[in-house]
Amino acid sequence: MPLPEHLTIEIVTPDRAVVHQTVDEARLPGAEGYLGVLPGHTPLLVMLQVGEIWFRRGSEKTYLHAAFGFAEILPDRIRILARTAERADEIDLERAEAAASRARERLASATGDIDFERARISLLKSLSRLQVARRIGMRTAAKR
Amino acid sequence: MPSLIDLRRRIRAVKSTEQITKAMKTVAASKLRRAQDRIVGARPFALLMRRVLSGLATRTGSSAAHPLLAPPAAPDAPILLFVVTADKGLCGSFNSNLVREATSFAVEAGRDVAMGLVGRKGRDFFVRRGVDIRFEMVNLFNDLRYSHAEAMAETSIEQYGSGAASGVSILYNEFKSVLQQQVVVDQVLPIPAIETSDDESEELSADYLFEPPAEQIFSDLLPHHVETQFFRALLESAAAEHAARMTAMDAATRNAGEMIDGLTLHMNKVRQAAITRELIEVVSGAEAL
Repeated sequence: MPLPEHLTIEIVTPDRAVVHQTVDEARLPGAEGYLGVLPGHTPLLVMLQVGEIWFRRGSEKTYLHAAFGFAEILPDRIRILARTAERADEIDLERAEAAASRARERLASATGDIDFERARISLLKSLSRLQVARRIGMRTAAKR
Repeated sequence: MPSLIDLRRRIRAVKSTEQITKAMKTVAASKLRRAQDRIVGARPFALLMRRVLSGLATRTGSSAAHPLLAPPAAPDAPILLFVVTADKGLCGSFNSNLVREATSFAVEAGRDVAMGLVGRKGRDFFVRRGVDIRFEMVNLFNDLRYSHAEAMAETSIEQYGSGAASGVSILYNEFKSVLQQQVVVDQVLPIPAIETSDDESEELSADYLFEPPAEQIFSDLLPHHVETQFFRALLESAAAEHAARMTAMDAATRNAGEMIDGLTLHMNKVRQAAITRELIEVVSGAEAL
């Protein structure tokens, strides 16, 4: 069987379908580390953690922030179910920064295990959002 | 017999009521469209979730292994019934149907029933009746979020897991069409056997790699499955509420129109009678001279 040349990537959240398009390559935040996916990948079901998803079509790269969920990878398609998924241009930079500093404070003053875990997760989320949002900042700055 | 002025005043009052109901109808119609879009938007997620779960269920062969699938730990504990009502009234029999169904559910259950109340109308009704309330959430339909469903799922899983509840069901209005809403009860916990249709499981039984192992993914997914079920019920209920309000307000507008017609006719008759009477008075006065 010849290998497929492209991947179809679908990203859905409980609220909406975020992405549905054909790409050449993608990278996902898997439960045990980031993994890159090229067309013809072995079927794989993987849990996702908080982090950055990117996919590439030609030389056009798109970045997203995603948190929790799972991805089903087939040789010619990727289906991602995420609790949240936001394109880089949808992220509110100021809000993410505020959330990050709030999470840091809570992390410092957390007492119970649950508090600590919650603070840690919200810090992770906001950091990932910031990272993704800055990607487009960098690219537009480079173009100027 | 009401005087002319009284009739005019009455007509004016009905007219302004008509304007209000007409406006409410328009608002409900546009909200309904948005709510329907959200149902459609949530569909791919739910579909994919079910497909993956059923694939995993056949693959791991695990059914009773997970506590959320197993029969209740304490069979005599009350059933937790979530009742999803609206936050506002003026939507026909939307809320009263729910309350009636909830009451008859409690009678038929043969066990104690604890309640989880979502929406102001249901809360207000049951709080005064001294039922066992385990969960409360009001004022959510203006800005319905997935986190609302998460909160419901968290409570139900905790109650079921600790043996405080022997089952969890949800009662809500399902959106059938704009003219039709139907009250339905869905069993949430223990999770009813996930049906595996053949083509679905076939596609997924291809040689898959799992990261982490399949059993762990499966048990991680089950709580999310519960959340999506609650979320779907909330979305359905929101759409049904707007549809019900639209129909109710449409009927109210029509009734107001009919009433205005009737009153106007009556008013004209009264005026005509008054004019005739005055004419007769004038004429007979002139004759007497």
